[in-house]
Amino acid sequence: MSLFKYSAPSSFYPLAGRLVPWFGTLAFLLAVGGLYLGLFVAPEDYQQGEVYRIIFIHVPSAWMGMFIYLVMAMYALLALVYQTRLSAMMMEALAPTGMMFTALALWTGALWGKPTWGTYWVWDARMTSTLILLFLYVGYMALVNAIDDKKRADKAGALLVLVGSINVPIIYFSVKWWNTLHQGASVSLTQGNKMAATMLAGMLIMALACWMYSIAVALCRVRAIILERELHAAWVKDIREVRT
Amino acid sequence: MSAAILEGRDLGLARGVKQLFSGLSFAVGSGHALVLRGPNGVGKTSLLRVLAGLTEADAGEVWVRAKPTQRLSAASRSAMLYIGHANALKDDFTAAENLTDQLALDANPASAGQQLEALKVVGLFERRDVLTRRLSQGQKRRIGLARLHLSRGAAHKRVWLLDEPTNALDGDGSALFLQIVDAHLAEGGVAVIATHLPMALSGKVDEMHMREIV
Amino acid sequence: MSAVLASEQELSTPERGVWLTLTRDIKLAMRSKGELAQALAFFIIVVSLFPLAIGPESAVLKRIAAGVVWVCALLAVMLTLPRLFQSDYVDGTLEQLALSPYPLPLLCAGKMLAHWLSTGLPLAMVAPVLGLQFGLDASELLVMVAGLLIGTPVLTMLGAIGAALVLGVRGGSILMALLVLPLYIPVLIFGAGAVEASLAGIDATANLSLLAAMLLFGLVTTPFAAAAAVKISLD
Repeated sequence: MSLFKYSAPSSFYPLAGRLVPWFGTLAFLLAVGGLYLGLFVAPEDYQQGEVYRIIFIHVPSAWMGMFIYLVMAMYALLALVYQTRLSAMMMEALAPTGMMFTALALWTGALWGKPTWGTYWVWDARMTSTLILLFLYVGYMALVNAIDDKKRADKAGALLVLVGSINVPIIYFSVKWWNTLHQGASVSLTQGNKMAATMLAGMLIMALACWMYSIAVALCRVRAIILERELHAAWVKDIREVRT
Repeated sequence: MSAAILEGRDLGLARGVKQLFSGLSFAVGSGHALVLRGPNGVGKTSLLRVLAGLTEADAGEVWVRAKPTQRLSAASRSAMLYIGHANALKDDFTAAENLTDQLALDANPASAGQQLEALKVVGLFERRDVLTRRLSQGQKRRIGLARLHLSRGAAHKRVWLLDEPTNALDGDGSALFLQIVDAHLAEGGVAVIATHLPMALSGKVDEMHMREIV
Repeated sequence: MSAVLASEQELSTPERGVWLTLTRDIKLAMRSKGELAQALAFFIIVVSLFPLAIGPESAVLKRIAAGVVWVCALLAVMLTLPRLFQSDYVDGTLEQLALSPYPLPLLCAGKMLAHWLSTGLPLAMVAPVLGLQFGLDASELLVMVAGLLIGTPVLTMLGAIGAALVLGVRGGSILMALLVLPLYIPVLIFGAGAVEASLAGIDATANLSLLAAMLLFGLVTTPFAAAAAVKISLD
């Protein structure tokens, strides 16, 4: 018995199926708790008023968007070095969720920006690099979708994400550099005034909820991808949901 | 039985949902040719590409001189000479330039004099300075013959992987092709040839018939 | 003299691979000079559109000059990227490159170098003329050319990876733009930033050094990435 056993799609499929409800339930409970803390318990911000409460969605989304790309880069390395098919499938399963969180971070950032800065969009370093991260997700998904041959799509996607992940710090640095040069916005969404303990707790719990949600959704999606790819494999014909 | 130069061991490949071949094993010894036969779409080209290292097999290994070789490793690249459907010719180069260019890529040390000689052998000497875009399909194919002519024997790329090599060649050209392959085999070379035409090679020839897997 | 295969394995002079593809691609480029001129003409025309769209006010033009020139250089280089591998892929030469005893990363490096010599270098050469149209003075023009000379090779190198990945894929050139443009952002920022710094009277060496660092990093990494991409696309 080793962990490597589960790198075969045939044994990972049922395992993922058993895990999904757990992560899904956890995500739901954490989200309810986190939102309650954030929306009802946490005190009003004396500078920004009620508007600040958007950080309970915004900050976890921004974290997840970045984090999922990192996880994808790790899977990309596994896919290229050890040629494990499952890693590439996990990348494909994670990408839409990562893209969603990145888009959500931008959207909520804009919604927060309007009452705070008086404009939906400011070219501050964080927003700009999040936007570029969104472009990287779009590029990956476009490439993988454009290649018909799955084997090639897996490897091409993995290489692209790897090159992208090496570039992410460079991009982030260059955008910060650019931003300081141009004296952009001075108020930032996350830093600044000291946070009340309940605010921080709410945010961390929401981050955990997003995390659990991502795992649940990615596992769901990877199950679908496995079925699609292994349609003609013997083991697929034997599982319950296919037989009936 | 001489030691095998090229071996396929348990090779398997699927394209999309279609299994082209699986558990395919064979060995080709020095001076032997293996002729691949079978209907269109059965996987002859794919097998040649797997042997060359262009396509990665789903299962199995390619062995060269009794050693397993990684896909496109240095050992594999210095042994395999692959000529596919495409001629790998530049339209903007002359016939002679294309030959020089291909040999340079092969790290083949043939001198300029030898190259002219080869162009004579394949009947392109008079047209050597004509841009390739003005050559006929058969003449383009003959540039490949000149490359083969200069790669004969065990000294250079020893394993020839040829995909429908006589396509577009006329009767003379086909006869010339057979002569060159025979010379290659006689000098200790190895060839794997995919074709649906009869191959009247005078050396030792094995045939492999590939069938559709259902 | 050409390299000789000592045994069936060892190649005595692998570094010759760079020279091989470099001379070959330059020779090919010289035979279709029209194509070279097209990229250059594109660059010049698009840059000239901006004053027409924005107005001839010299203060504004001077302010946007660096950004406009760099964005247009980015696009011009990107449009020529298919030249790197596309025709070799179609006519079968790319397979022969992959099967050559010379290491594929070195062959790719030669191709990148040839591509830069035939696109990035000419772009950098005409850029001062365009800069003059926008009212930049000599010291700023110098910084712009220096930036382009250091930065455009990075565009070629990153672009080569994208160009190799989309070989034979439908919607290739638009897709390639999606893959490559986000990666170009740091070059754009530092390249345009250098000129802006000198406009503001600040020393531009910091920007140029960062560009140079990216160039060095790219030189040792991108040939391998491009070679890996070529292998993936041939599979």
